[in-house]
Amino acid sequence: MSAADRFPNGAAAECRPWPRHLLDPARWAALAADDSLTLLSLWAEPGLVHAAFLAEGGLLLASCPAPEGRYPALSPARPGAPLFERMIHDLWGLSAEGGVDPRPWLDHGRWGLVAPLSGRPVQTMLPPPQPEFLPAEGEGLHQMPLGPVHGGVTEPAHFRFHLQGEAVLRLEARLGYAHRGIIGLMLGKSPRSAARFAARIAGDSTVAHAWAFAMAAEAAAELVPPPRALVLRAVMAELERIHNHLRSWGAICEAAGLAWPHARCAVLREGVLRACAAAFGHRLMMDRVVPGGVSGDIAPGGAAAILSALEAVAVEIPELAGLCETHAGLRNRITGIGIVTAELAARLGAGGPIGRASGRGFDARRLPGQAPYDELDPVVPVLPEGDVGARLRIRISELRESIRLVPALLARLPEGELRLSLPQRAGEGIGMVEGFRGECLHWMALDDGGLIRAVFPRDPSWLQYPLLEAAMQGGSAADFPLCEASFGCAVSGVDL
Amino acid sequence: MTLAPKLAQALFRRPLAEPVPPAPDSVVQALAERLEAAARRRLGRSLAIRQVNAGSCNGCELEIRALSDPFHDLERFGLRFVASPRHADVLLVTGPLSRNMREALERAWACTPDPKWIVAAGDCAADGGVFRGSYAVEDGITHALPVDLIIPGCPPTPAQLLEGLLALLEAQAGPAPPRHR
Repeated sequence: MSAADRFPNGAAAECRPWPRHLLDPARWAALAADDSLTLLSLWAEPGLVHAAFLAEGGLLLASCPAPEGRYPALSPARPGAPLFERMIHDLWGLSAEGGVDPRPWLDHGRWGLVAPLSGRPVQTMLPPPQPEFLPAEGEGLHQMPLGPVHGGVTEPAHFRFHLQGEAVLRLEARLGYAHRGIIGLMLGKSPRSAARFAARIAGDSTVAHAWAFAMAAEAAAELVPPPRALVLRAVMAELERIHNHLRSWGAICEAAGLAWPHARCAVLREGVLRACAAAFGHRLMMDRVVPGGVSGDIAPGGAAAILSALEAVAVEIPELAGLCETHAGLRNRITGIGIVTAELAARLGAGGPIGRASGRGFDARRLPGQAPYDELDPVVPVLPEGDVGARLRIRISELRESIRLVPALLARLPEGELRLSLPQRAGEGIGMVEGFRGECLHWMALDDGGLIRAVFPRDPSWLQYPLLEAAMQGGSAADFPLCEASFGCAVSGVDL
Repeated sequence: MTLAPKLAQALFRRPLAEPVPPAPDSVVQALAERLEAAARRRLGRSLAIRQVNAGSCNGCELEIRALSDPFHDLERFGLRFVASPRHADVLLVTGPLSRNMREALERAWACTPDPKWIVAAGDCAADGGVFRGSYAVEDGITHALPVDLIIPGCPPTPAQLLEGLLALLEAQAGPAPPRHR
């Protein structure tokens, strides 16, 4: 069913490349029940709530007014919606009527402000409230708190386990510790100067987020970036996928107790990072993708450095990948642990390796018109098992595919301009880029002066944390580090 | 048997660990003044580091984790990461100090035993970096705790991090105190 059939009389706002439909509360609530749609994102601006759904052939954007600060909740029918609804309440002060979970999410009561993005934030002097966790009932239960300061070098998050002996009855993640107020910092700035915040939503996906942000800004201002910039962006995005998948691979093996692949992956990854520094001047390629193009060209000799680093990775992959099949200890640890069922992955719309390891094959690189990937036809691996091993094998397949894509991209690098300046005008756009965790989805509205009036960057981790909680249910608490490593979610991406 | 060639390779291959540039004298000097003689005696040439993320974008963590890889091999200098602030001499803090993390950082600092130091790693930890002025951050670790050393960079490279941490070690090994034997 196309959007026009779905909303015959609805007004549509000029959002590019997909229009945004303005719905009344009844139609909005009806969307919640539509099984042909997958909820990807839910966000707000003062007085208005927006949702992005994945439909056949692209995105479906919908908005619903929130007079008196209320709108109909999507969470009773959408398991991905509760976290977004809690975030909308914390940042914009809008309440989801009939929502399944009214607890705060990002707001820990320490900002000195209530609803900082609502347009009329209220100052508060109240002491921070005690966090509430979902209850669990049973005999001999105990709780185990973990974080926000963890044993390893990781991001701040609190995990609350309800345990019965070793078995996990319920795991709940409490995030928000790394909330930096990124949306508030972006508002009122030009896309060019707000790009540095987009590059720091999650440092490990800096290229993917900066690209999705730039794509939204370019769609809003109706600018087509130069072809050379597009190919360079894709080279950087694939390098980011390669170095992160190497890191995840090592982390999973380390969590499974096998140190040698961890060390080898770290060596290969360092080689890739040094090649990135030689080619683009920054190891993580931060601030290289900017609205309108890229901030600099690939250095002379950069392509050769990249190709030789990737060659070194390609040489070692067969032996390292063979361990997943031949090493009895590793196989034992990664098989049948942390299972995400295909049904749950599909309902949550989980992207990235987590979705693809549970049978959901969505990859934003295969969307129609996604230059320059449309000419390369990237292969997207899908597995049905949904366990730690499947998530590891998906990453290894994607790593191999990215190693094929980078030389192909470099070979077709067109000559020409690197950056065009963004016209200063009003507009609204959305951009979706496949990062190593899944699709990064950025929406942006510009005012008449070309400054950001409203914006929302959605990291793929929003839809993956509920799956981590589900995957641990019934498992052993000792498997948590392994399961967490195989998910590799970004706290900073959700915390904003 | 596939083990034999691997063993031979491991025996004859040179290690991957790279030499590190010496820490700048001015930094060492400044740090040495903060380290009392007693502290130097007690710690010898080793430091236990507890990393605390106070709201970073996780870029700093990537580079801090890279310190443990075979190229940088932090432990050869007597520096190691420990799992609890109670076992630590140094808190290595990243991020602009989000308001939501302030209490957790202060608690971690309170339970770190004396003598102890605090190192702010990255531009955010130094003064809030790009997030400076947001309603949700405190504009740097200095707003909550007495920072001994700032390692700049966004994120600092592993080489910059090593330089900074080695400066702490150098300051300990400085000339003044009679070394414990």
